[in-house]
Amino acid sequence: MLTTPSAPDHDLVAGLDKPLHVLREDGTRRPDPILDPLLRDVDLELLRGLYLDMAVVRAIDDEAVALQRQGELGLWPPLRGQEAAQIGLGRSLQETDFLFTSYRENALAWCRGVSPGEMLSVWRGTTLSGWDPFAHHMATPQVIIGAQTHHAVGYAMATQAQGKDDIAVTCFGDGALSQGDTNEAMVFAASFHAPVLFFCQNNHYAISEPVDVQANVPIALRPTGFGIPSLRVDGNDVLAVRAASLLAAQHIRAGKGPMFIEAVTYRLGPHTTSDDPTRYRDEKELERWRRRCPLGRLERHLEQLGASLEELRADAERRSQEATTAMQEAVAALPSPAPETMFDNVLATEHPGLLRQREQFRAFTASLAPEQTEGSAA
Amino acid sequence: MSTTMTMAAALNAALRDSLEADEDVLLIGEDIGTLGGVFRITDGLKERFGASRVIDSPLAESGIIGTSVGMAYRGMRPVSEIQFDGFVYPGFDQIVAQVARLHYRTSGTVQMPLTIRIPFGGGIGAVEHHSESPEAYFAHTPGLRVVTVADPQDAYSTMRAAIECDDPVIVLEPKRRYWSKGEVDTSVSAELSSARVLRTGRDATLVAYGPLVVTALEAAVAAEDDGIDLEVIDLRSLSPLDRDTVAASVRRTGRLVVAHEAPGNVSLSSEVITSAVEDCFAHLEAAPERVTGYDIPYPPGALEDHYLPGIDRILDAVDRTLGRRNSREAA
Repeated sequence: MLTTPSAPDHDLVAGLDKPLHVLREDGTRRPDPILDPLLRDVDLELLRGLYLDMAVVRAIDDEAVALQRQGELGLWPPLRGQEAAQIGLGRSLQETDFLFTSYRENALAWCRGVSPGEMLSVWRGTTLSGWDPFAHHMATPQVIIGAQTHHAVGYAMATQAQGKDDIAVTCFGDGALSQGDTNEAMVFAASFHAPVLFFCQNNHYAISEPVDVQANVPIALRPTGFGIPSLRVDGNDVLAVRAASLLAAQHIRAGKGPMFIEAVTYRLGPHTTSDDPTRYRDEKELERWRRRCPLGRLERHLEQLGASLEELRADAERRSQEATTAMQEAVAALPSPAPETMFDNVLATEHPGLLRQREQFRAFTASLAPEQTEGSAA
Repeated sequence: MSTTMTMAAALNAALRDSLEADEDVLLIGEDIGTLGGVFRITDGLKERFGASRVIDSPLAESGIIGTSVGMAYRGMRPVSEIQFDGFVYPGFDQIVAQVARLHYRTSGTVQMPLTIRIPFGGGIGAVEHHSESPEAYFAHTPGLRVVTVADPQDAYSTMRAAIECDDPVIVLEPKRRYWSKGEVDTSVSAELSSARVLRTGRDATLVAYGPLVVTALEAAVAAEDDGIDLEVIDLRSLSPLDRDTVAASVRRTGRLVVAHEAPGNVSLSSEVITSAVEDCFAHLEAAPERVTGYDIPYPPGALEDHYLPGIDRILDAVDRTLGRRNSREAA
């Protein structure tokens, strides 16, 4: 019996020499034989929608950074620069496709209707998990790098066993490529033909470490060794990312097994608000990527199609104002959790030792309360 | 209703009946399908339930656990097998950072009804990494239930209860007792978190779990020759700990000996003895004693009989609590 599969097809990966793209830097449309068939539904309305998404998400991101600087949030991981990669993916999926992401995918949370309070509560430290994963078909942010890739594959295997056509999508960065979990997850996905999309945002840095520390070949080449077809796409081209994601989702939904997308993009901001990127990257590189802003590219394209930029920007401004005002209100309204709630939900069932500790905590807390004695009031 | 069978057969029956009872239950692990597991615990289950419910996984423990987490997100109740105790460490992060926390992290929204089966302990003359007792790592981790089984009936009923439980449960199976036989009644259910008094006695309380429960019962029989009446408790649940059962016994006997295979440093015996001191200090007639593996990596097979607590070391500790002549000092 032959137990060794044949070598993978050399056509497993596209975009290695230059990431697939359909919008040039100057905003002109470029034909692409792989992505064009997925772009037939693109019209002005859809383009406007993608632009507004990216603009609002940028405003949300900027506002969160401001809230952190004001002391309202403990930490924030900015996504500036990665709007196209996330919106392109987010606007290509079905509502029931389940997302397992890292902590920087707040644009995807936006696509999934996560409210400002739900998005910010973790970063304010009032909860460990901001939203109901089942209500939004999106797990809450994973902090352990790469750990969520397994969860997506397991979820996908279960949907497959149940005969459903929704897929699982896992998002991670270039740093996660070095984690055992990410690589193991690709083994599981390939072996069981799991309906899962691996979506890597190569934003060039894992905190301070440049991507070539994680991979000295294009990241998109890695999954091909697992037998997983892969697309390397310009992550700052929202149309290209959307088309690539649609293509991958079609492939996966057709029962052809997992796919991988490397979206080549750049983190314009710090790793988190605690980071100082001037220590590890130079201004010239940063400037080069600032000029490749995903919003600017789509603006130029829309202008060429005859859209009124003035109107579009005003619309974006109005929606951004709404979103950021809602964030300010939501942060102010986030409740401080009652201390005793820290004992809740450790287990789904009763735990006598925890009940005892909760009682002891309650008694101790009560013992700290100032005694109400007559005449002690000022 | 009861049948005589080995612990291995009892575990197999528990898995079979769980798969039969609930279509969301599935098994995943290395070599568990076609081979039936290296200890044959899953023998015949793939043939009966199919490859999508009895899954031969790639050789990646983090993957086995992490994939199970994703399946649980989708409503499944995975039973993951870690082939040997010493192989669990690559899966440690998924267990302590994901499985144990998801219910807490999501304020109870996401349940993790995983059962993680781990054959544990020594006594089979195995090579390195095949005889470990890693229970303290997991008992130390909030959000996990950790249980052990000691005989075929306990193995059957506890496994069924673990799979039905909505919490993640680590079930430690004493591999050197897999072939011990006993009566099994499949209609008997078990409470996951209770210890059980297997033998009542007046003079001292002897606490053990997993593979040492049999040893503890044998020690109690041997002690009779010296006129010593030992009470034997099978702890069963290592987290949460049934400290009430231990304390009630110590209040009667005034003496406590705890035995396990794992090294003693920061171990279950540390916790059981601390609990007893906190709960019934005034009833203690002597300092509690423990009989454990030494604080060394598990030694080569040729030395394991010196490492593992046996009847004589247990009785020596009992003698210490009773002020009788013992290896450390003359009476």
